[in-house]
Amino acid sequence: MKNILLYTTAVSLLILIQSCNSNPDPTERNSLTLTFDHRVGDKALTLGTDTYQNTSGEDFSVTTFNYFISNISLKNADGSTFVYPQDSSYFLVRETFPASKQITLKRIPAGDYTALTFTIGVDSLRNTMDLSRRKGVLDPGDVSHEGDGMYWSWNSGYIFLKIEGNSSKITPDPAGNQKFRYHIGGYGGYNAKTFNNLRTVTLPLGNIPAKVGPNQQPVITIVTDVSKLWDGVQKISLATTPTVMFSDYSTTVANNYAAMFRVSAVKE
Amino acid sequence: MKKTFIIGLSLGLWGWAACNRTNETPTPTDPDPSTDKIEVPQPSYFPNKVYDLSSNPVTSAGFQLGKSLFYDGILSRNGTIACGTCHQQAAAFTHHGHDLSHGIDDRIGARNAPAIQNLAWTKAFFWDGGVPHLDLFPIAPIENPVEMDEKLPNVLQKLRESKNPNYPELFKKAFGSPDITTERFSKALSQFMLLMVSNNSRYDIYLRGTTNALTTTEKEGLTIFKQKCSSCHSGELFTDQSYRNNGLSTDRNPDQGRFNVTQNPDDRFKFKVPSLRNLGYTAPYMHDGRFTSLEQVLEHYSKNIKQTPTLDGLLQQDGKLGIALTEEEKQKVIAFLKTLSDEQFVQDTRFSDPGFGHSF
Repeated sequence: MKNILLYTTAVSLLILIQSCNSNPDPTERNSLTLTFDHRVGDKALTLGTDTYQNTSGEDFSVTTFNYFISNISLKNADGSTFVYPQDSSYFLVRETFPASKQITLKRIPAGDYTALTFTIGVDSLRNTMDLSRRKGVLDPGDVSHEGDGMYWSWNSGYIFLKIEGNSSKITPDPAGNQKFRYHIGGYGGYNAKTFNNLRTVTLPLGNIPAKVGPNQQPVITIVTDVSKLWDGVQKISLATTPTVMFSDYSTTVANNYAAMFRVSAVKE
Repeated sequence: MKKTFIIGLSLGLWGWAACNRTNETPTPTDPDPSTDKIEVPQPSYFPNKVYDLSSNPVTSAGFQLGKSLFYDGILSRNGTIACGTCHQQAAAFTHHGHDLSHGIDDRIGARNAPAIQNLAWTKAFFWDGGVPHLDLFPIAPIENPVEMDEKLPNVLQKLRESKNPNYPELFKKAFGSPDITTERFSKALSQFMLLMVSNNSRYDIYLRGTTNALTTTEKEGLTIFKQKCSSCHSGELFTDQSYRNNGLSTDRNPDQGRFNVTQNPDDRFKFKVPSLRNLGYTAPYMHDGRFTSLEQVLEHYSKNIKQTPTLDGLLQQDGKLGIALTEEEKQKVIAFLKTLSDEQFVQDTRFSDPGFGHSF
């Protein structure tokens, strides 16, 4: 019995050492961090208390702000592209959970990266995969979904972006609330075509590339400007459109959120 | 002397060790799915299954766990509503006596609870097909505020802490470790429901070669049914699994059905063609349970079809609305439809409430 244990341990160790060996020199890889900085125009986003204004003159406060970032890739100055391992490339950014606003990408090959690409939302393939391929933030039974549900159960699929809040310009509902609720998803449909609100964003990193090296772990700060949801490609009025969920109009919101990200800093 | 002693001692030790070994070996606790496996039947006259059983082979421990979950109110916010509440076996797993499903705190749902049967052949779930895979199904009624009004992460946590029944133990039996995850939870429920194959009605016995299993009237009903109803209720599952507007008046119910899922205007007021198997047990009928009898259903198809922009083409042929049926033909069709009742299925103790007392 003991011998078998010893043998198994030895074999596992050997396999472990082997698999370590088969990888390229670990000093050639390092981490790169994406930090999301949530702002409304030139102000920091604070949930609940602070009030902001869109260019239509509508005041608003924000109570919930979540979105999925997935399928991250990095463009190297040498022209090549590094695609972050797909299975590990799903992140749920939540304003209420500060740690989620920092995405640390591990084992990035050394290089000078000049542009960053990601998808807002969860790609259609993953939306239709077996539950065994939906772990962590993709698991609707994960605690991150409690209260902040980012999954539609009645029409299976992930919510890509969810924002809720209040505005005095919204006609009160029967309970007296003046709430806006944007729950945007829709990956194109499982067996019938529907709208597709997946958006791919490419952000150039400017003059200074993000240098990954044996001793270099760069941090890219990305500003997510909430005001662009209303003052984006197309203006949206909170008073006219306080609720957007599973409807064709959601593509208007998606076109706006595709343009709400910009890089504000690249630090070595 | 010394040698003998050593030999004796070694023999003794060997014997003791051998003995010990035999006593010690048989303690593997993980289930072996290959020996525990249960085949989901494949009736020869059914189409091929659509559920990929290789991704979730049904085992006896998985089935037992799924059954426990199906009948346990722990899935709902306050412990009062189980899957089995709205899917009762005696009514072929529909909600007997309810036109619309009746959930937590006496809240009323928007639609009539559909039958649970032959799910391994079902391409999409709900009247509008909003859920394309059985494993993705359970979260919907759990999180629906008028059904169970609970959150899935909370259900998993309650199961982890449960002692009666001891869910960590049941999960260990089914999946090899006591970890309770969304995947295991969902797949156990799928295993229970996948085995709910209904293929022992009198009609099935007739199909399998016992020609006198149906009476003359029932056989005449079958002939009329094939001429006039089987374009939609096709094949031996009695549905083509498509979504159609069957001419119900939309005045009383604003539910737009399939449109809610696709947002395609052509899908307004379309609902999934239901299987007709076990319909003798599943009254009332239609997505909103508006008809209480089969007579009313046939009356609708023959005389009361409402013209709307998305009305199904099969219900408006040669400039006429509906399906031409004489009173005599209707009675024969109904006689035939009743032969689709599978008494064995609704009494099969494998699928019965194990008695948690939560599913009224």
